[in-house]
Amino acid sequence: MKFYGGRCDLPVKPGSAALECSDVHHRYSATEEEVLTGVNLTVQPGERVALVGPNGAGKSTLLKLVLGMEKLKSGRIGVYGHPAADCLHRVAVVPQRGAVDWNSPLNVRQVVMMGRYVHLGWFKRPGSADNEAVDEAMEIMGISRLARRQIGALSGGQQQRTMLARTLAHDADLLLLDEPLNHVDLSTQELIFHTLERLTAKGKTAIVSTHDLGVLTVHFTRAVFLDKQVIADGPPAEVLTPQTIARAYGFEFHKDYHPWMP
Amino acid sequence: MDALIEFIIEPFTHTFMVRGLIGGLLTAVACASLSAFVVWRGMSFMGDALAHAVLPGIAIAYAAGFSLFLGALGAAAAAAAAMGLFAWQNRLKEDAAIGVVFVGFFALGLVILSRIAAYSDLGHILFGNILGISTGDLILIAAVTLAIVATLSLCFKELITASFDPAHAMSIGLSPELVRGLLLALIALAAVTAIQTVGAVLVLALLVTPGAAAAQITRRLSVSLLLAAGMASIATLLGLYISYYTDTPSGGVIVLVLTGMFCLCAGIAAVCRTSL
Repeated sequence: MKFYGGRCDLPVKPGSAALECSDVHHRYSATEEEVLTGVNLTVQPGERVALVGPNGAGKSTLLKLVLGMEKLKSGRIGVYGHPAADCLHRVAVVPQRGAVDWNSPLNVRQVVMMGRYVHLGWFKRPGSADNEAVDEAMEIMGISRLARRQIGALSGGQQQRTMLARTLAHDADLLLLDEPLNHVDLSTQELIFHTLERLTAKGKTAIVSTHDLGVLTVHFTRAVFLDKQVIADGPPAEVLTPQTIARAYGFEFHKDYHPWMP
Repeated sequence: MDALIEFIIEPFTHTFMVRGLIGGLLTAVACASLSAFVVWRGMSFMGDALAHAVLPGIAIAYAAGFSLFLGALGAAAAAAAAMGLFAWQNRLKEDAAIGVVFVGFFALGLVILSRIAAYSDLGHILFGNILGISTGDLILIAAVTLAIVATLSLCFKELITASFDPAHAMSIGLSPELVRGLLLALIALAAVTAIQTVGAVLVLALLVTPGAAAAQITRRLSVSLLLAAGMASIATLLGLYISYYTDTPSGGVIVLVLTGMFCLCAGIAAVCRTSL
């Protein structure tokens, strides 16, 4: 509530990390097992980080905690030097496909415009600056000609472009993308990465959770392997060992089956 | 020709018919504009529940002699709170919580009413009494309709954001729960006014059918809102005529006309799909 429409007036603390998680634990209810068992992670401004790990590793949970969709009960999450809950304004999200109602009676432009609402707040209508930001975001994502199309009538790739255009219109500093590559064609995938590269070159920060390990070495500067806690962290080539790959895809790594491995 | 004009004008030479028509049209617009959101968000059952749950409030207000409107609103708020409480922390799925609470409230209303009211009053509450709308009722209905339409247009962007993508709403500091609460409050308001025109049992028809019919033929929200309001208004007018000339209950006839329109829209949609 506090931030809807109000600019986050907390200044970025000099030298502060874009995202800093320390000893983050989480369980959804008191009776259940912990989904996160002490996550420590620091991401600097301008980094492009891939978040990989098996299903149920807590990738989405971690992103939800950063967004304030789940209440942080144990540990600390800082966004640009402030508690995450105080600085939601600087964070934008491209949620998993399933989290969104694609049957909504909305068109592409209406969805992209939602990225501007954080700057407007209650009762204010979008002005010319907002319209320009939306036009530019749609132009960058190559969906200008689809502006009046219903979102349900789009292909998976076009839908994802719409969501990323919304994030561009939002103009946040920390971008969280939850499985943005699912059901997306190759050219859209390239466009997404190209856009992220451009944004991070300008000092924005992107954290992308993905199952698609093939894209890591090409498009990311850093990979974080999460399985309830950070298992491996570093350049993609170092994080992606046969063991972690096997784990990410949910099968056991058996050396016997891979005689070509040392 | 004169006979036709006579036929059209005659019902509205009675002031109670004029008041009924105005009240019915206002209610139709209020409910229909909400129905687009009710259908989109899958809140039909909740809408029905709220419409039924107001009964004990009306009964108590009737017995105590204060505003039926306030009594109904109080009961709706109590019911919504009870549903929220039971569904809280996933101890019970939401539809089960709604079911338990709404039938309980409705039954309580029936029992109280049977002790204090005449059978005809009960009938009016259950099946509506559009011709019994007083000038005071009319002012109240107009105020409620204005409030609903104004809220929908002022909070339009919040409503579409929270309906489409709750995660994004959260991330920009807009609580999806708050938006849902706002929508529930509007539904309760609309349901209370619609009880006067079509009755507690049939309120759901005004809250769902216009939006459902519009959704058959358009995927655009703005068009859907206008179509729903237009269809509900036409159904109210036609329903009143039919009810006047055939001496049938107006609430039921209005709902039947509306249902007919839904079937027509569904038919048109089916034909368009197969011919494409």
